[in-house]
Amino acid sequence: MRSARNRELAALIPVALLLSAGFAAVFAQENARLGDASLIYGAYFFAVCLATHGYLRLRLPDADPYLFPLVALLTAFGLVMIYRIDEELARDQANWFVLGLVLFALTIQFLRDYDVLERYRYTIAGVGLLLLLAPRLPGIGQQVNGAYLGVKLGPLAFQPAEFSKICIVIFLASYLREHREVLIVGARRVLGLPLPPLKHLGPLLVVWGASMFMLVFIRDLGSSLMFFAAFLALLYVATGRFSFVVIGMALFLLGAWFFASTVPHVHDRVEIWLNPYTDPRESGYQILQSIFAQADGGLFGQGFGQALITIPGTHAPLLPAAQTDTIYSLIVNEVGLFGACGVILIYLLIAARGFKIALLADDGFSKLLATGLTAVFAIQAFVIIGGVTRAIPLTGVTLPFISYGGSSIVANFVLLALLLLISDRARREATAPRGAFALEGA
Amino acid sequence: MNRQIVKLFGLVVVLFAVLIAFTSYWAVFDAEALKDKRANVRPLLEQQQIKRGRILAADGTVLARSVAKGRGEALRYVRRYPGGSLYGHPIGYSFVRQGDSEFEKYHDDELVGEGSEFGSILDELRGRRQEGNDVVTNIDPEAQRVALTDLEAVGFGAVVAIEPASGRVEVLASNPPFDPNRIPEHSSELNHDPTSPLLDRATQGRYPPGSTFKVVTAAAGLDSGAITPQTTIDAPGTIEVQGQPLSNDFNQDFGPIALDTALTNSVNTWFAQLGEQLGAETMFEYMDAFGFGSTPAIDLPADQVSKSGVFDGDELLGRNDPVDIARVAFGQERLAVTPLQMAEVAAAVANGGKLMRPQIWSRVVDPDGRVSKRLDPSEYSQPIDAETAAELTAAMEGVVNEGTGTNAAIPGIPVAGKTGTAETPFNQTCGGGTEENQAWFIGFAPADDPQIAIAATVECTTAFGNDVAAPIFRDVAETIINE
Repeated sequence: MRSARNRELAALIPVALLLSAGFAAVFAQENARLGDASLIYGAYFFAVCLATHGYLRLRLPDADPYLFPLVALLTAFGLVMIYRIDEELARDQANWFVLGLVLFALTIQFLRDYDVLERYRYTIAGVGLLLLLAPRLPGIGQQVNGAYLGVKLGPLAFQPAEFSKICIVIFLASYLREHREVLIVGARRVLGLPLPPLKHLGPLLVVWGASMFMLVFIRDLGSSLMFFAAFLALLYVATGRFSFVVIGMALFLLGAWFFASTVPHVHDRVEIWLNPYTDPRESGYQILQSIFAQADGGLFGQGFGQALITIPGTHAPLLPAAQTDTIYSLIVNEVGLFGACGVILIYLLIAARGFKIALLADDGFSKLLATGLTAVFAIQAFVIIGGVTRAIPLTGVTLPFISYGGSSIVANFVLLALLLLISDRARREATAPRGAFALEGA
Repeated sequence: MNRQIVKLFGLVVVLFAVLIAFTSYWAVFDAEALKDKRANVRPLLEQQQIKRGRILAADGTVLARSVAKGRGEALRYVRRYPGGSLYGHPIGYSFVRQGDSEFEKYHDDELVGEGSEFGSILDELRGRRQEGNDVVTNIDPEAQRVALTDLEAVGFGAVVAIEPASGRVEVLASNPPFDPNRIPEHSSELNHDPTSPLLDRATQGRYPPGSTFKVVTAAAGLDSGAITPQTTIDAPGTIEVQGQPLSNDFNQDFGPIALDTALTNSVNTWFAQLGEQLGAETMFEYMDAFGFGSTPAIDLPADQVSKSGVFDGDELLGRNDPVDIARVAFGQERLAVTPLQMAEVAAAVANGGKLMRPQIWSRVVDPDGRVSKRLDPSEYSQPIDAETAAELTAAMEGVVNEGTGTNAAIPGIPVAGKTGTAETPFNQTCGGGTEENQAWFIGFAPADDPQIAIAATVECTTAFGNDVAAPIFRDVAETIINE
């Protein structure tokens, strides 16, 4: 059963080639500006990937072989794009990549028996909520673009929502695993719609309240959307009741509509989304420049290193937040619609592998956890790409594994570690003789 | 739960398909519309990074060039016009914020180097920045300077000089001029200037042609066979056409005269009767052949050249519209013509009846110094045959030798021409006075071996064609011939 790891190793080779080609292209384009050592980065990256692969061979020999190469591909692509924006930023990102892999390894090392997470689910939920609240706490909270997204503890600054999403998913998976039966069986029809019994509805309303709270007090529309969508996805998978999803969506839209018409920050976001040309130089600047950058990309893009990010001769941004929020627009500009479709395809493949793990998993908690982690990851990609393409209002969520940002990289590697842990167990049990293990869940 | 997980994956597929749909819309389907948005400065910024080619005069004088500002990523190019207002028309300008005009606009593709797609791909592979081609014009700097200086001495107006055999435009001057270097800072001021310096009077100004139009009527009469140089028509002091009296200057009665006397003395009643005899059908046929009614075939943007013809307000009239053809025949009615059109009339007569396409450009030189394209003179039309042209030339020589256009004479060189003085009383652009005229001279020299055909016109002047326009013709023609 070591063939999984061999496939992983084989899949890493095209990643390395692609990465080297990307760095070479940027290097060739900008050799005047960038240092000579830049080509070494490719080799360095590949070495780190090989070390990780070796570690997986030891610890999780049966885990899904494609997830890590796919993630490495995204990270490599992100590194090339960030390197192209600023060498310094790329160096930071590379360090965070290594830090992310260290946490990845630690998670695998200490959570081999990830069932313990169930035992601490309320603690974990509490930590998750605390993390969400942290940006509003005086002294450590930071406001970015009107939203309270960051926390600063001494020299350490991070975005707690990235970690919070994992905590919340763990809690929901555990809670729903235990209560799914009651939610289904105890449902009563109200106006033709089956409603869960009130006492079990309580915790779910708490989640709804939490996401509304985020919308208003953290002012983070993107995370709010992401959390709530992941919650609905899990609720649907756990209960099989589509009506719960409909009710949940109606509640969210109602809340969002209410706050959009009463809370100025939310209202502005929606207004900019619908009418960006009203104030093209101020509030509408980012989204308009984002789609203008895409318009310049066309089918094949302008090539690596060709996009205009600042107005020449000045430091005025032409594509604001190119390394974080609008990095997808930069990708469309430089590698075109085809390149962007490639990126979306990679996210889709990761989602496919993630859901595959959920399908293979034997017990309810593993299934729900894998589903939740995959869903929250896919939805995060959708929220930010949808934002910069004006499919939905633009919010400050990172593009997983591509955007510049330590919290995002590290948190997503922890998420990946959890998925691989579930996968390793599920695939080992799937090949082991059926019997003793297969009782739980179903 | 597996069924739900599969459905959830289906939803993710749908969501991602939405993302691809939106990306396709912006990046491909709506891309062109987005590039035209005012808020989108990207196309302008990209343009700014291309080193636009130079525009040169026939003798290599630099009329426009791009200078680099900043370096590295901040490198951009700004247009400079060393000749200032002398070449504002017809060269125009090209600036990122204010856009482009005239020659700069028409030859944009060559100037930014968008000649061949293959070439630019090769350049990209070689890591070379896109660089524009130089465009060499036929403009004669000395003659252009003489034309503008002369115009500035007598009033607003225009001069167009064309080499008859090739259609090369050597002078295209418009007064008041404008300095393209002032466009970035003063474009609004220039746009609102009541004297309209941004209007190229040579190609866009539409003026009554006065008696210069008699050349067209004479050409139609001779070429159609309606008259010969010997045919006489009785030309009394006044005749009545369509119920209105129509007179010669000072009501002078010439009696029965032939073409040379009629043209030399610019006899209105003679040409009115010839026009009536020819009829609207024939007159319009010949006008069309000379280029009236069509957008001029010159290399300037279509919205910066005007058609010539008979107008009802802004509407161009044709042969089937109610037109007083007798008054058209000697240059009245609602005729309005550009100086360029009248220069083309003179050039066609000078070139044995063949009208060549007027062109300002002469050749395109790529960044490596190779000529990538060269003007191949082409015929626009042949309104009259060579014999008609020769007969008409003889009559036009009489105008300069002993008639109304004696100030156009150049010592030792035979000159053929025709004056014109259209009365333009109550013209608001002239201040609404009663004595204002549109003074004209069209002609070519040497009459026996034409090197240059010229139309000169001065607006809002109390003087006559021979007083203000003929001397400009003489100075410009002399400059070109003596070079």
